[in-house]
Amino acid sequence: MAAAVEAAGMRGDAARAPWSERYFRYLLVAPATFVILLVGLFPFVYTLLVSFQNITMLEEDTSFQGLANYARLLADTRFWEAIGHTLLFLAVALPAELVLGFLLALLFLEKMPGRQIFIALIVLPVVVSPIVAGATWRLLFDNRFGPINQILSWIVGEPVTILWIVNPTFVYPAILLAEIWQWTPFMFLLLWAALNEVDKSQLESAEIDGASFWQRLWWIVLPAIRPVVIIALLIRGLDIFRLFDVVWGLTRGGPGTMTETISIYTYVVGFQQFETSYTAAMALVIILLLSAVVMTALDRVAIAR
Amino acid sequence: MRADRGLGLVLRMAAAVVALVFFLFPIYWLFMISFKTPDEIFSYPPVWWPASLQTGNYAVLFKDGDAWTVWNSLVLAGTSTLAATILGTMAAYSIARFGTGGKHYANWIISNRMIPPIAIVFPVFLLFVKLGWVDTYHGLIVLYTAFNLPYVIWMMRGYVQDVPLELEEAALVDGCTRWQVLWKIVFPVVRGGLFATAVFTFVFAWNDFLFALILSRSQVVTFPVQVTHYFGGQSNFWAKIAAMSVLGTVPIFIVVATLQRFLVRGISLGAVKG
Repeated sequence: MAAAVEAAGMRGDAARAPWSERYFRYLLVAPATFVILLVGLFPFVYTLLVSFQNITMLEEDTSFQGLANYARLLADTRFWEAIGHTLLFLAVALPAELVLGFLLALLFLEKMPGRQIFIALIVLPVVVSPIVAGATWRLLFDNRFGPINQILSWIVGEPVTILWIVNPTFVYPAILLAEIWQWTPFMFLLLWAALNEVDKSQLESAEIDGASFWQRLWWIVLPAIRPVVIIALLIRGLDIFRLFDVVWGLTRGGPGTMTETISIYTYVVGFQQFETSYTAAMALVIILLLSAVVMTALDRVAIAR
Repeated sequence: MRADRGLGLVLRMAAAVVALVFFLFPIYWLFMISFKTPDEIFSYPPVWWPASLQTGNYAVLFKDGDAWTVWNSLVLAGTSTLAATILGTMAAYSIARFGTGGKHYANWIISNRMIPPIAIVFPVFLLFVKLGWVDTYHGLIVLYTAFNLPYVIWMMRGYVQDVPLELEEAALVDGCTRWQVLWKIVFPVVRGGLFATAVFTFVFAWNDFLFALILSRSQVVTFPVQVTHYFGGQSNFWAKIAAMSVLGTVPIFIVVATLQRFLVRGISLGAVKG
């Protein structure tokens, strides 16, 4: 269909058309591409350069060190632990958000009184700034003045004084609860929209043919919503991989370095310890790792139809 | 899946109420703290409903000038949204209509959106230090614009594809230049999508913490960064945390309430039309 417009505009007078018309399509993408490259490519090249040097807060050593920073990265257990923590968050939060979101979507699939209001209110956590979400949960989890321990004491019948964000046993459940609270509605909303698109007549005829609820779910509903599930998982997966705000608001990576994610560790090394060259190497490794994942994923799922 | 009545409906309503309470309670608690007096905030056991909705916590923020950070957020998010939507829609039109750059260019655009901010912001920080752009409005505006452009291009590509080609052809035949077609035909037709996309880019920039944390010092502090300033080692300034958070959250709630119908398409990168 692009050819049609092209033909209409280019009808034999391409040579006489003004410059701004002939290069129209490139002029349109030029400013956007320039801005993206300005904060993308140029710093990327500069970072590549810096990652082979040895710049820290104390010395501006621009001699080339070869792969020293990358070798250090391989041996840096704190970096690998941070990757481990991030993957742990990913492994728990992503399936939890998917399953809970799906259950919510099923719950609100059929009409019920006030359904639109329920949905509008339940999705509110998604648009709360993640750092505000972290701060809010920090107040909720306070061992003395927060309501969570209070509610737990009502349930068990004796005072509960759990130090949620300090105690190594409870810090992960605390962060995960905040993360799942904020992003389950995201999954819910996408899956709910997808479920609404499922062909009703197909479901009805399957029901007439005697298919049970679970059979219909497995053979008709799940295949129909599969593309949306994959995209939702991709978006959320990449989001959790760069998890920063909620953890920062709750624990700042503590106690110790127990909940440090990749983003938090990179931040600490780059902006608190000022290990410029080392951070550059770290940022590059993260970009390369994720680019590979993203490119492969994008080839498989077409986000835009 | 027959419409269930009686007991089934009651159970579903009960489940819906439980879900509602779970997802709204933290927001409720945040709002309530912002209205509590210090005695109520630090009372044990916690108070669920303040004796009176006093606004002293907000008054302090306005008196000290901390509320100014909301204005900073507004300027940064607003300006970068305007820039990103205009530049992004132009690029999206070119990609959708002429296939400019092919599949790889389109994929490169969207992959920019998926790289972790921490990996982007470190190189950008080094660049901004060289340019003297740290802690300036234009520095953060350029960064937010660049960060939002892939999203705008991706979303607007979908909306532009829905514009009837006959409209554009008729205008070209009538002697319009391509630029006139873009401004007078395409932009008005995609207005709805443009507005919805703009709101989401606004929310991204508004809610951002990491970029603002690293690239601001004292001049262009945004409200999410300001909230974290109140965290202390021993005592936290709870009243300020809560009031500042509410100031920054209410505008977003209002915005989102007004565009419920765009929500699904917006947060799914256009994958689900909703």
